[in-house]
Amino acid sequence: MSDIALDKPLETFDEQAAPATLVRGYWQSVFNRLRHDTVTLFFAAIVLLIVLAAIFAPLVAPFDPYKDSVIARLKPIGWRDHFLGTDELGRDMLSRLIYGGRVSLLMGVVPVLIASIVGGLLGVVGGFAGGRVNTAIMRAMDVFYAFPSVLLAVAVAGAMGGGIGNGMLALTLVFIPPMCRVTETATTQVRALDYIEAARATGAGTITIIRYHVLGNVLGPVFVYASSLVSVSILLASGLSFLGLGVRPPTADWGLMLSTLRQSIYVVPFVCALPGAAIFVTSISFNLVSDGLRAAMDVRM
Amino acid sequence: MALAPLLDPLVIDPRDRGGPAQPLLIARELRKHFPVKGARGKSVQAVDGVSFTVRKGETLGIVGESGCGKSTLARLLLHLVVPDDGELVFDGEAVGTSGGIAINALRRQVQIVFQDSYSSLNPRMPVRDSVAFGPFIQGRKKAEARDIARDILAKVGLDADLFGPRYPHELSGGQKQRVNIARALATGPRMVILDEPVSALDKSVEAQVLNLLRALKRQLNLTYVFISHDLNVVRYISDRVLVMYLGRVVELGPVEMIFDRPLHPYTRALLASRPSMDPARRIEEPPIIGDPPNPIDPPSGCRFRTRCPFAEPVCESTAPPLGEWLGMTSHIAACHMQDPGSGHSRAGRA
Repeated sequence: MSDIALDKPLETFDEQAAPATLVRGYWQSVFNRLRHDTVTLFFAAIVLLIVLAAIFAPLVAPFDPYKDSVIARLKPIGWRDHFLGTDELGRDMLSRLIYGGRVSLLMGVVPVLIASIVGGLLGVVGGFAGGRVNTAIMRAMDVFYAFPSVLLAVAVAGAMGGGIGNGMLALTLVFIPPMCRVTETATTQVRALDYIEAARATGAGTITIIRYHVLGNVLGPVFVYASSLVSVSILLASGLSFLGLGVRPPTADWGLMLSTLRQSIYVVPFVCALPGAAIFVTSISFNLVSDGLRAAMDVRM
Repeated sequence: MALAPLLDPLVIDPRDRGGPAQPLLIARELRKHFPVKGARGKSVQAVDGVSFTVRKGETLGIVGESGCGKSTLARLLLHLVVPDDGELVFDGEAVGTSGGIAINALRRQVQIVFQDSYSSLNPRMPVRDSVAFGPFIQGRKKAEARDIARDILAKVGLDADLFGPRYPHELSGGQKQRVNIARALATGPRMVILDEPVSALDKSVEAQVLNLLRALKRQLNLTYVFISHDLNVVRYISDRVLVMYLGRVVELGPVEMIFDRPLHPYTRALLASRPSMDPARRIEEPPIIGDPPNPIDPPSGCRFRTRCPFAEPVCESTAPPLGEWLGMTSHIAACHMQDPGSGHSRAGRA
């Protein structure tokens, strides 16, 4: 017969000796890994700084961002009290950059948030239902994919007219398909796992299974992807403003500032580069934080 | 009720309807063909007319090569895969028909344990919650479900305080499989389908889990359908054995009959393919040649004939019947050599 020990009493399981791992939750272990990742922490601090500056702009900004001055036009960095110089209407650059962060962050976060909810919902439904429902949803998304994202945003914003609201709507439309695709992929992977089948075997309905077993396992990758889209959104928003399709003057916005200052690039080259630098620093910070998050959350356990 | 005095008072189950003589589960002519994408009218004949009976309190072992439909059969029994055809009768009630037992009611009484202990547990859920999920879904309050989970974790040999709050990745393979067994038992089933429950475990842990399964069966008055490709394991745990080949039953009988006097050439080949413990009796040649035929286009007549050393024209023209099943001790095989009237030259003397 076999080499199985027939009459080993139940009490003597030697694997009872438990591994000495610390018992802690998933998010706790993610946080723990993040704590030791100095690069991510550094860029997270920058993101926090930008966000705080934008929120408390009236307290932080040294000047009124809309107060112009004929004699103070296009002054270089470090001119009198204007640390970062002045723009073509003599407005303080530092103050305008701080206020501009408000619009840029709004345009960066809100479209991604809405797109995550709408696209995520579509993705979970499609991924879990599979079959024809999934095909219908994903092919509809593919139609949007056919346009380059910038072109799609420009077309939508152009058709509906400028303004912050329409700009955000255009960006939301651009981000729904990729969010949907990421969620659908994650859901399809989770759906095939045995614990879904085991849950079904206990008599759990589809909604219950999605709520308890699918969402928790899909949210991680979706969150990471969404955080990486924020920088794309900021860039696209700036692009729309640059083209005159987003924010209208005189509102302070990085893309718009870049657009109006570009004529003065031979007069005050460094001042002209500042809005671009702000966009660059913000988007790369968001990107690196998102990378760090992915590394911390991607545990093959 | 009249039967009650006949029964051992320890094994009376209030959910028992038909008494000990009534089979717990009858499967009749179960069939599941999966359509093949891109090929019209073609399908993988995963399970093709499988009938068997599970007696209360027994362990029915199901063996066969990979791809013979064992796992599909397991899922059919729980309606996780909906059968194309056939009938399930659970304790005298037809499953999924009006007047019978509803599928959700069936799932209160039958549970399943899968082979892959890792993917059977939600990685983002502490194992205590995974175990409590079943009772919670079936209407218990959260606190009650937690209590049940504590009890059942203790029964499978895991300290609920120590292991309950852990996540699956913090457990070993054997511990995870214990949690899966606990998860299956938490809803208080009468029957558990074990789909290769120990195949992914190493040998020492395998023995522990098998012993645990045996102990739990006695303790909780369970009935097992035990699916495996490991003949030693099946011999150890089963009372009766069903041998499958390409979606069909080829042999069915009590465990000692199957292992000592196998009737079907396929069963004999399977048994001969076991690694020998005796180096002097090593196996020189593979007992079965080749791979199983493609289940999309199985051979006509007897499905084993392409690999059978005794195949004759009758095997090609007619599918052999399984033989008449006369009761729990019947030993029957779907082979023309077992049927004196079949026209096979070896009929009746094999």
